[in-house]
Amino acid sequence: MSVTGTMTQPDQRFEQASGRLGKLLPVKTLAPSIIGLVVFLLFWATAAGRIDTSLGQFPGPAMVWEQVQELAKEHRRSREKQAAFYKRQEKRNAAKLAKDPSAEVKIRAYTGQPTFLDQVFTSLYTVAGGFGLATLIAVPVGIICGLNRGLFLALNPIIQLFKPVSPLAWLPLVTMVVSATYVSEDPFFEKSFVNSAITVALCCLWPTLVNTIVGVVSVDKDLINVSRVMALPTSTHIRKILVPAAVPMMFTGLRLSLATGWMVLIAAEMLAQNPGLGKFVWDEFQNGSSQSLSRIMVAVLAIGLIGFALDKLMLLLQRRVSWDKNAVLR
Amino acid sequence: MATSYLELSQVGIEFDSRHGKFRALDDINLSLDRGEFVSLIGHSGCGKSTVLNIVAGLHEATEGGVILEGKEVNRPGPDRAVVFQNHSLLPWLTVYENVELAVNRVFKGHKSKSERRDWILHNLRRVNMEHALDKLPSEISGGMKQRVGIARCLSMEPKVLLMDEPFGALDALTRAQLQDSLMAIQAELGNTVIMITHDVDEAVLLSDRIIMMSNGPAATISKILPVNLDRPRDRLALAEDREFVRLRHAVLEFLYGNKSEPVTPAATALTDDAAVDKRESITTEKNYRVTSGMRPLTAMA
Repeated sequence: MSVTGTMTQPDQRFEQASGRLGKLLPVKTLAPSIIGLVVFLLFWATAAGRIDTSLGQFPGPAMVWEQVQELAKEHRRSREKQAAFYKRQEKRNAAKLAKDPSAEVKIRAYTGQPTFLDQVFTSLYTVAGGFGLATLIAVPVGIICGLNRGLFLALNPIIQLFKPVSPLAWLPLVTMVVSATYVSEDPFFEKSFVNSAITVALCCLWPTLVNTIVGVVSVDKDLINVSRVMALPTSTHIRKILVPAAVPMMFTGLRLSLATGWMVLIAAEMLAQNPGLGKFVWDEFQNGSSQSLSRIMVAVLAIGLIGFALDKLMLLLQRRVSWDKNAVLR
Repeated sequence: MATSYLELSQVGIEFDSRHGKFRALDDINLSLDRGEFVSLIGHSGCGKSTVLNIVAGLHEATEGGVILEGKEVNRPGPDRAVVFQNHSLLPWLTVYENVELAVNRVFKGHKSKSERRDWILHNLRRVNMEHALDKLPSEISGGMKQRVGIARCLSMEPKVLLMDEPFGALDALTRAQLQDSLMAIQAELGNTVIMITHDVDEAVLLSDRIIMMSNGPAATISKILPVNLDRPRDRLALAEDREFVRLRHAVLEFLYGNKSEPVTPAATALTDDAAVDKRESITTEKNYRVTSGMRPLTAMA
């Protein structure tokens, strides 16, 4: 044990040690986290009490919690209204049909304001779209670039040029191009969704692309030689050798992509007034009521929690597909 | 002279290095009969692996060529299977799947699914690995991994089996076990084998001929030592055998005796490495330096 102990990396040893501790005494690892949270809440509460803004006092934990309940109530009320609306409509239509079976009945969608929860789902849906689009492009292109040095050299300057660009700079261009080209009577996707998703995709592209290329290029040369000796067809070579070997790097890229994508989406929604959490924040800011800051704070916390959950989700997926069960995944 | 099974004629190779062209091998001539077992022995960096890689088709000779059964070899193929020093199993595939990949490549369309399954199991049984079918390479020992590596090669029914220091990374006991297994398999199947080794005993025990190579640059074959010991060979009996001792001494004399050529393995290894580094990897310790050659890309990340 002592021999292996000296050979492992310090942070790996730390990981092992804390893992062992955690198994034996969950309280010991949980307690510091709880203490940390409590200290933060206390600090937040005292600091908030001392900050006065033109919209009133900066919201403390209690005010924010109040707004969480308020938002939940609003959501329930809105759903009740919606249900009632559809019920009335149904009744009206049924009555119409009873009078005259050949009568034309119209079914109108409910057009109430989206609630906080609606905005959360819109944002999740949009980030999934943008992230998915970026992944569908970045992974195959990354594999091809990793295989073909010429193509890599051709694309590298372009990658380097666009990688540092904030996708928000693209936003006006994307908006204009989408409104010019994406015209249809009955669009499958909302225009705002397309705008936001493309903007998110533009920023999700790079980490996945770069990491996939690196993953493919740094595949163990011996394994490549194994494949060459067997004279595996290209498709088998990619499926059985390159992709599994590059999966760890790919996931590093995917996780980076999703995290930045989520951050960018909120900004894009604020800027472009596209539905979602960003719009919620912006609307509350413009609204300027005494509850606005508390409600924005609810959104801030929700954004953080969702970002955290998304990363955990990717981590779970990574653990599922990763062949290297000894790797420390965090 | 009758045409031989495998023939290397006037093989030479040059690599581009930072200091211009580097000639690693020069005028290698060697012919093997079917079923013959030869060892390549020489100091580190003399180009043994390069010879093997040229036969495998992983490197292309600058001049001369390799002819196998009357056909020139110019690309890698499963008829010249390679057992790599560090086993090179695919870490994400189980023992069974590693062999399956090779078997499917060679026999898909020739054997039915159940025949292929039987063939995979048969080859794993040959190396005593049928108990670990569903294990991943990371779950078995180094000796076992090398056994699976050998099974993978045998399963392709290669015309020539190329082994690049197959037992170099194993402990002495495991190595002896695997040498015995290899002799038994060789006796049964009559494979044509080229093996690289650093181990003098191993070379004498296993080979029909020992090819001794001079130090690079421009390494070539200095001497060929025929090993006329009766088969099957038994390592215990041979330890006392006078012919065995004589052959062993001859190889040692070649490697470490005073020769006109100055023997500076470290220096030659370095120049050789530098040249090989630039181009491609070979399965020796050099590899690990080669991986750092990927830096320009990672720097971008």
